[in-house]
Order: sequence, then C-alpha cells, then structure tokens
Amino acid sequence: MLRERIQASNYSFLDKLKSIDYLLILLIIAIGSISVFAIYSTEGGKFSFYTKNHIIRLSIFFSLFLALSFVRVSTWYKNAYLFYFVGLILLLIVLFFGISASGATRWLNLYFLNLQPSELMKIAIILCFARYYHRIQSSDIQSYKYLVQPVILLIIPCYLVIQQPDLGTSILIAGSGIAIIWLAGINIKYFVYSGLLLLVSLPFAISILKPYQKSRILTFFNPDRDPLGAGYQIIQSKIAIGSGGFFGKGFLKGTQSYLEFLPEKHTDFIFTLFSEEFGFLGSIILLFLYILLIYRIINVGLVSRSFFAKLYCFGFATAIFLYVFVNIAMVLGMLPIVGAPLPIMSYGGSSLLSIMLGLSIVMSCKIYNQEQISVY
Amino acid sequence: MLNRGRNIEKGRVITRRMFILAAAKILLFAGISSRLYNLQISDREKYEILSDKNRIREWKTPPQRGIIVDNFNKVLASNDRVFQLHLILDEINDFDLTIFKIKNIIGLDQFQIKKLYKKKERLKPWDTLVVSDNLTWEQFSKINLYLHELEGAKPVLSTSRFYPYSNDLVHIVGYVGDASPKDIEKPEIKENFVPGIKVGKYGIEKSQEKFLIGNYGIKRYEVNASGKRISQIDYIKERQGDKVSLTIDIEIQKYAQELLKGKAGSISVMDIYTGEIVAMASSPTYDPNKFTHGINQKDWQEIRNNPLKPLINKSIAGLYSPGSTFKPIVALAALEYGTIDPNKTIRCKGHKHPYELYGVKYHCWKKEGHGYMKLRNAIKQSCDIYFYEMARLLGVDKLSIIAKRYGLGKNVLGEIYNDEKNGLVPNTKWKRNALEQSWYLGETVINGIGQGYIQTTPLQLCLMTAQIANGGYKIKPHIIKDNSINYKDVINKIKLEQTSYPLHERNYLDEINFGYYQRMYHKKSNIDFIIDAMFGSTNEQFGTSFRSRYDDPKYQFAGKTGTSQVRRITDLDRELDLDTEQIEYKKRDHALYIAFAPYKDPRYAISVIIEHGGSGSKAAAPLASKLIKKIIDRHKLREQFNSGNTSLA
Repeated sequence: MLRERIQASNYSFLDKLKSIDYLLILLIIAIGSISVFAIYSTEGGKFSFYTKNHIIRLSIFFSLFLALSFVRVSTWYKNAYLFYFVGLILLLIVLFFGISASGATRWLNLYFLNLQPSELMKIAIILCFARYYHRIQSSDIQSYKYLVQPVILLIIPCYLVIQQPDLGTSILIAGSGIAIIWLAGINIKYFVYSGLLLLVSLPFAISILKPYQKSRILTFFNPDRDPLGAGYQIIQSKIAIGSGGFFGKGFLKGTQSYLEFLPEKHTDFIFTLFSEEFGFLGSIILLFLYILLIYRIINVGLVSRSFFAKLYCFGFATAIFLYVFVNIAMVLGMLPIVGAPLPIMSYGGSSLLSIMLGLSIVMSCKIYNQEQISVY
Repeated sequence: MLNRGRNIEKGRVITRRMFILAAAKILLFAGISSRLYNLQISDREKYEILSDKNRIREWKTPPQRGIIVDNFNKVLASNDRVFQLHLILDEINDFDLTIFKIKNIIGLDQFQIKKLYKKKERLKPWDTLVVSDNLTWEQFSKINLYLHELEGAKPVLSTSRFYPYSNDLVHIVGYVGDASPKDIEKPEIKENFVPGIKVGKYGIEKSQEKFLIGNYGIKRYEVNASGKRISQIDYIKERQGDKVSLTIDIEIQKYAQELLKGKAGSISVMDIYTGEIVAMASSPTYDPNKFTHGINQKDWQEIRNNPLKPLINKSIAGLYSPGSTFKPIVALAALEYGTIDPNKTIRCKGHKHPYELYGVKYHCWKKEGHGYMKLRNAIKQSCDIYFYEMARLLGVDKLSIIAKRYGLGKNVLGEIYNDEKNGLVPNTKWKRNALEQSWYLGETVINGIGQGYIQTTPLQLCLMTAQIANGGYKIKPHIIKDNSINYKDVINKIKLEQTSYPLHERNYLDEINFGYYQRMYHKKSNIDFIIDAMFGSTNEQFGTSFRSRYDDPKYQFAGKTGTSQVRRITDLDRELDLDTEQIEYKKRDHALYIAFAPYKDPRYAISVIIEHGGSGSKAAAPLASKLIKKIIDRHKLREQFNSGNTSLA
C-alpha cells in the first residue's frame, strides 16, 4: 500500500502528458469526425437536429474522456464493484420507472439525457470482472466457488436487460463478461461444456423469446420470407451496401438513405449509409480504423503492470470488437438484426457515453501503467 | 517469491489467451471484409439494379391517336380537347371525404361512385384515378373553383377521339372505346398499351390500330420509400400515331348517307380504274362519338333494338340476292362462251304462258310479257324469260367462273373489316361439297336472274360494275390511300389497251387468276356489248331506269336495275299484284341498282341497295342518279387534288 502511494505520487503532470496514447486520441477523433459526416448525410445534407446533437454529445463526452483519463487506475479498481451495483440498481429502476419506446423499456429520463443503463452495464461488467479476477490466484481460479460467483454476477444484468427487452445489449454484456472469464484463464473445457449446453437448450431458449425476436431470427435465415415486413430492413441494407460498389455513390448521394428506404439509418444502420456512400474502399478504411483502435487498447494492456489493467484493457478491446462485429455483421445480413449500435458512429447518447467512459479507463491504465494495485 | 512466480504465470495466461482472442478477431474481421467484397464488388450489379428499382418508378404517358383523313385531307377522326378530373391517390388522406366533395361539385350518381371505388381497388397507391374523362366546361370550371378544398384533385386538359362527321362515317371509320382484356392481348396494342388508352373497336380504327395507336411516352421519377415523387429524371416523349388517309370523299359520302336517310340500305361508289372507294354508305347509322367514353345503356339499347339494324355495315356485311343486277354478268358469260348469239330471239309471253322446265313454271316480272326479245333488249328491259333460257344453255359452272372473275363471291377489302362477308356464287361443285346434293337445272334457271343461292354484298356489285365499265380489267379495290400505285400509269395502260385490241395470251375461258390491271375478257366486243346494253337500259325508252337518266352527256350514265325477292312469289301474289306500299315491310322486295358514269369515258361505278324498297327502278335508280351528278361535279376537283398529291410525292 505504501509503495503504491509512493509510486502514484511520483507521476508528475508532464509524465502523465507524455504517457498519453496520442494515437488512440487521434483514432477517436478520426472515427468521431467520420460519424459527424455520416449523421449529417442521414439528414439529407442539412445541418439539423441529429447532427447538432451528435456534435454536442461528441464534444462533451470527448472532454469527459480527457478529464477522466487522469483519474488513477486504482480509483477505478476501488470503485469497480460500486459501479457494477449502481448499474444493477439503475437497471432495476428502468424495469419499474423506465421510458418506453417502440415496445421496449430501456431508458431513464435524466432531463438532459435519456440514459440507457444497459449501455453503462457494458462497461461495468468489464470493470467488475477485471477487479474480481485481479485478486484471484491462478491456482484458485478453477475452483467451483470462483466459477459460480462470476456466472451469477453475469446472469443478473443479462436477465434484467433481456426483460426490457433488449436481446442485443444483453448478448453484448454476456459476450464481454465471458471474454474476461476466458482471459482470466478458466479451463477451456468449461467453455466447451457450456457451449454444448447452450446448443442443447437453444430450442427452449427460442421458445421463451418474444414473437418479434423469433421473427427476426427466422428472417435472418430467410429475409425473403417477409420482404416488406421483418425482412425489409436487411434486404434494403444489403441493397444499399451492394449498390455502393467500390468507390460508393458519393457523399450525400446515397439514394437508399435519402429516399428513406433505409430504416434506423442514424443508429443501427449507420454503417450501411456510410458503406453506400463511400463504398468498399471507405468501409475497409473504417474497419481498419476500428482494428487500430482495438490494437491500441490491447497495447495499453500489454504495457500495464497490473492484472486489473490488463484484464480491463483486453476485455474492453474484445467488447469493442464485439460491438463492431455484431453491428456490421448484422447490417451485412450475417447475423440476425438484434439492435446493436456501432461504437462512436451510431447516434445515441448512452452508447457514446459508455464507450467514452470505457476509453477513458483505458487511457488511465496507460497513464498510470506502472501502478501496482494491491490485492486488498 | 512464490507469489511472484504465480503472478508471472497468471500474466502469461492472460496474455496468451488475449492473443488467441486477437486471432479470432482477425478471422472474424476477415469474414466481414470478404462479405463486403461479395456485396460491393462481386454482386454490385445485382444490387445496383435493385437500388434503381427501388428509387425509380416509371409512368407511361398516353400518346395521341393518329388522325384519319379523307381523300382531300379533311379530318374524319380527330383528337379533341376534353376536360378530365384525375385524383393523385398518394396525395389524398381521406379518400371518402374527397369523393364526397367531388360528388357534390360535379354531381355523381351512386352507380358512378361505386364504379370509382372499384377502379381504385385495382390501382396502386401511387397511381392516378381518373374520376371523369369527359367533364363539361361547367363542371370543369366548378372543380377549378373549389380546387383548394380537394386534396389530390387534378383538373386535366386532355384529348379524346372525336368524329366530326359522326353518323356519316361510322361504318367506314369505326369507333374507339376502352381496351378489353382481349384487345390488350393483341401485339400492336400490348406493345403500346397505357392504362386508360382508347383502342379501335371497329373499322379503320380497329384494323389500322398499329398505325394509329402511336407510342407511349415514359416519365421516370425518383421516388422515396413511400412512393412520393421526388424529382423527374427522364422524359421520353410520346409519339402520336400515324395519319391514315382514306380514299373516301366525305362530301359524296355525306350525300350518299343523306340519300339513304330513313331507309335501310347501302350505296357504294368506286373509281373504276384505281379501285379507290369514294363512298361506302350504310343506313341506318349511329353516332361513334357516343362510344368514346362508354355508351350508356339507353343509347346502346336504342341502337341494338332498331329493326333496321344500324350495327350491320350493309355495304360489306349485308348479303343480298343481286336480282337483275346480275344479268350483265350472265349475258357476258353467255357471250364469252359463245352460248348465245345476241341476235337470238326469244318470246316473252307474260304470266299466262310462263317459261316451263320439267313442269315447273318460271315467270317474268312483267305481267303482260315483253314480246320478242333479242339479247340487248332483254338486258335493257330486264326480261327474265330470255335469261332463264340463256342460263339454261350456259350452265351454272361457266356462269360462276365469270361471276367470280368480276368480283362476286369473295370479300373485297380483305383484312380491313372483320365483318366483311364473302357472299356466295354457287356452282355444282359447291353444292355437292356444302349441301351434299346434286345440282338441279331449275336452280341454274333462277340463278340466271340473280335469285336462288347466289348472295352478294353491295360492294361486290359495285366492284363488278367497275370491272365491266373499265372494259374488263381487274382492279384493286381499296379504301386506304395506296401511294405505291401510280394512278396515272394505271389509267393510261388500261385505256391504251382498250383501243389496241391486245392478242390472246392465255385461254380466257378457263378458271384462271388474274393480276391487277390485267384484262379478264375473252373478246372485247362482248364487254362492249354489255356496256352498250346497259346504256340502253338507262337511256332508251322502255329501259328500266329510263326515268332516272340524264341527257347531258357530262352526267349521262349506264346502269342496270334489280329487284331482289326476299321470299317465293306465289300465284296468289301474282293475282293480287299489290303495290310495294301495300305489302308488309319485311316481305317487300329489295331494290337494287348498279351503274357507271359518265357513259362516255366512264370513271365511277356505283351500287345502290334499298332494303325492302320495292323495285330497283323506282327506289334505287333515282338515288343513284342524284348521287352520280354530285360525283361527276366533284370529279375535276378530285383529279386535280390527286395529281397534285402524286406530283408532290
């Protein structure tokens, strides 16, 4: 404890500035700028509501990201469980007092922002698990006690989110949690067993799904089943992307989008719009930016000394990967439509907030990368 | 130290597993990239087409129909301005309310409203509903006045078919109406079909559809997901249908129609050299303009139930026994085959001593008899007894060869009118095949006066007359101007041959086919004899149409009357000898007349038929006489106009 304090106090402000990952910041700015253009295009090239809001949110959350980057990583460590429990409580509050929109109750009205606690839970679960495994010896890790506890910690928020209902976010939370359990070194056989169990229980799982969720999954396997209903989104999305070609139709020239054939173009289908206007080339560049972002986050984990920082960074990198992969695979028709935003690109305050928050913790890991965190 | 070692181990596990995860991520990203490649590069074309299909919608714009003109370029079928009310369906929020308002403004009845709802059901939400395609000016201006209250309403100035000579031409030009499912299957209509387009239902309008219909235009619009038009991308202009020029002279046609007013019958006029049909009137008639916007039940029933049958085009679809108008052909056949010497004398002794064959009596029409007759006189006075004997000697098969050669028994205009009849020129072979009976000589005898099985259309009689009058040359009858024929050459060639006595080239007594403008006679003197006899029939005392003659050589014509029985004349009828007016209409004879004019240098042939008109000399010949004057008066004009036209072409 003493050493920790001494080490932490050793960081001068200049040292901190020096150890900032500027490439990471540059990547955030790059993807953020692209997102502004994309949102601007969804409004048919008019500088109005969505574009304005998105710019304001980006600037506020980016500043928040910079500010929180200087919070010590040990502070995040200490408050990890608190963060998780606050998240759980918010999810419970949503269950009873949430705002409904299109059949789902996901939001809390905070007057300046409609907060979606499930988005915060995405970060909270990573923090929570990073802390949980930070202190467990590798020899104890395979014991049933340490196996059951995280599973319970994971199931509660997932269940609450499914109740909203929000299958997409729930899967992403589960995915991030499982990623950290994997990183912590749990024996592969458990993954194999639970994978098999999942397969066996799939028919039962499907039977408890909501009708619209079932139809989405059926539609995924055959979009032409209902081309004007459930299959409409995916068919139109594929048409938009495919017709973009190599160079795309050009900025503000995406006909599928401005003629309103594309649904939810500023949120889940923002990649579709981008890909229609900027083509294969633009899509690959955007994908590359995300890969770089993930690489930089992993890199922070690699240079961090504490397990907490390592687990958090690797876990968060995997989470970002999952968000990007699920969203793009979904709009490309490779996965069912489950409602998952594209990090930074998609319009939506809570999602942006949670990503920025997550990134600021990564940055704090980078700045305080030599910090040792005591087990207790 | 142990702790430290464990920690190092733990760090290694985390890092190793991170790399495994990273490898998985790279694989999955590669999957996404290849999917993008598939969509955007391999299948790009497919998706581009789908995207265009999404955003581009075409509207076809109807073309204007080609106009129809007469020989003098007078418009017979035009496109008139009409006022229409269209509803743009995707601009309407409350359809019921809009219809209610429109109903109050222009006054629709319950039936019409029902029809509109039915029509709307068949339309797509972005289509246009035509509420009315023919508003009155009053309705149209009222709609414009209340336009701000009517969402989606669009007053439209459009065109629709109009026939300025309405009743006078319906049997020639025909009329248009909405396309039936059967119409749409025809290739010429299918290719150019636009919903709401009017298509030909009869006559020239129908048979010349491929020229008249034109090509539709295409307006391409970019539309959004809900079908709203955003911008016009492309407009391919529609092309009006081609003009169709007829050989008809509307003035003569009008006059012919006027002469037939109140009667059932037909008048046909043909140029004996060019084959151009100058007039082809049929009576009674009806107004084609009533059909354009759909005829109402009352008018339709009136036309259908008229006992004089206005819907039948009597010139080509009316079948009549030619009666005595057939006699010139019988005489010509007998002369050509050398059956009879024109100086042979036969005595007609009247009803008391009729012609007898195997115990059956055959009467002449003239009660007191004609006395001693030679052939010329027999034609002139139309003596039946002479023709009974001549037909008997000639035989029906030889007669049918000549009758068919001069245009009987086969439709005249071919494909133009689908209701044109072939008529019938009987012979022994026909009877064997069609009725499976052998021919009786008695049938030959009555065939000799144009009764019995023989059936002709008025236009066939006109063609027959023309081909006798031009000296026995085959012509090509037609009603649509044919620019491929050089009329001057045709006339000069025939006239030159008439005076130069060409040599025999083939056996003209056989049943052979002739090309156009070729001679069909065996001996020229035979044709000349018939022409001269017909002159006598009109211009000499005791001739059957003597009373209708003109002495002025300019108008002088030659003709032959005919009275066609519609039933067997019994002995009782002969005894009663009633006047036409005293007989029940349906049982009265048809009156016929054929003629050509002017007698010197003839140019026009005419046939007149008045159904149940009584005798040809009283009912038909006077009409022909009046019309011939009009035709001759207009001849110079026609000649000038046509030569002017050919020199231009």
